[in-house]
Amino acid sequence: MARRDVTSISPDPKRAEEPSELLRELVAHLRQNRTQLREEWVVRISETRLLLAMTKEEIFAEATSVYDSYVEALETEAFEALQAYARNLSERIIPRGVETHEVVGIVLLLRDVLARSLFAKYQNDFKKLNRILDAYEPAANRIANTVAVGFVQERERVIRQQQEAIRELSTPVLQVRERLLILPIIGVIDPQRARQLTEQLLRGIRTNRAKVVVIDITGVAAMDVTVANHLVQTVEASRLLGATVIVTGLSPEIAQTLVTIGVDLGKMNTVGDLQGGIEQAERLLGYKVATLDEAR
Amino acid sequence: MEVPILKQGAVLIATFQAALSDADLNQLRMGLVQQVVKFRSRAVIVDVTAMDVMDSFASRTLREIAHMIRLRGAETVIVGIQPEVAFAMVQLGLTLEGVATALDLEEGLACLNEKFKTAN
Repeated sequence: MARRDVTSISPDPKRAEEPSELLRELVAHLRQNRTQLREEWVVRISETRLLLAMTKEEIFAEATSVYDSYVEALETEAFEALQAYARNLSERIIPRGVETHEVVGIVLLLRDVLARSLFAKYQNDFKKLNRILDAYEPAANRIANTVAVGFVQERERVIRQQQEAIRELSTPVLQVRERLLILPIIGVIDPQRARQLTEQLLRGIRTNRAKVVVIDITGVAAMDVTVANHLVQTVEASRLLGATVIVTGLSPEIAQTLVTIGVDLGKMNTVGDLQGGIEQAERLLGYKVATLDEAR
Repeated sequence: MEVPILKQGAVLIATFQAALSDADLNQLRMGLVQQVVKFRSRAVIVDVTAMDVMDSFASRTLREIAHMIRLRGAETVIVGIQPEVAFAMVQLGLTLEGVATALDLEEGLACLNEKFKTAN
């Protein structure tokens, strides 16, 4: 970026400067004193014990780019670019364990360091100082806001990504024989997971051309009425795709829930445990399992 | 809209198109049964692969078709219900109860062959 030469501007002292002129003036000052102000900022960061997860070298490197982006945002008012930078920065530092309060903290510290520097420069001209702050404060507040929001958005994106990964991991649809799928469900099922489960299963039935599905819920402790209904719907939807569903591993509590909501047990094929379920599935598919001795 | 009905030996195969009006469905119901009578078919496969939505009228019509055809001593198998459609149907409580279903045409024919074998 071209440096603005402050000394060539000689305004009439009586004329009130345009806000944009003031902004240029203070940006020039911040650029000229970059090294010293940045150093002061880094010292304040370690004094307040922020960014403990990062080494001094890392902090220095990030501080340099944050400082430059900050000043550039003041100058150009390009806040979208700043938000993109903030998300980018967040992507780097979130895995390092940096928290939201730390990011907001260091941005506010930078704002203070720069503001103090402006106080010092214009301390003899109170009216001008006021005008300078009028130009500086809204922009600085917007910057702090933008960076914080960018950081939070990135964290939320990461959380959503991880939730998605967990959900996918926890409902694998496994083919154990030709035309036979097993869906072992473990943990807590909420309506959203139940829905995702159903969609994955139906896709799996079509892809694997499954004729029998064993849904094992041994690992599910409890199920509320909504989820129990989802289970029934899953069984019915699977039938529409030509597959028979066997549900195994119902705990006493879940059995109670199903009876309470009046599930038509004629519609649901249930077997005590997974082993029994697989054996029945094999019979339905026409498989016979024999030991090698018997087979001879 | 004309729904193509193909004859494959003792089986009739009707392929539903994507957007069938109520009038189309009514026409189809009578038409299919008449064809079963004419060809003395033993079974009908209704392929709904192209249907991306199934409303309550369509669902009821399918059940009625199956019942009417059973009165003629023939079987009906509905094939090709898409996963998304199946999901939407059960949420609306349209379960096509009492009607045989299969994944696709190949499965539908295999299923009928089994039934005919055990019947004979």
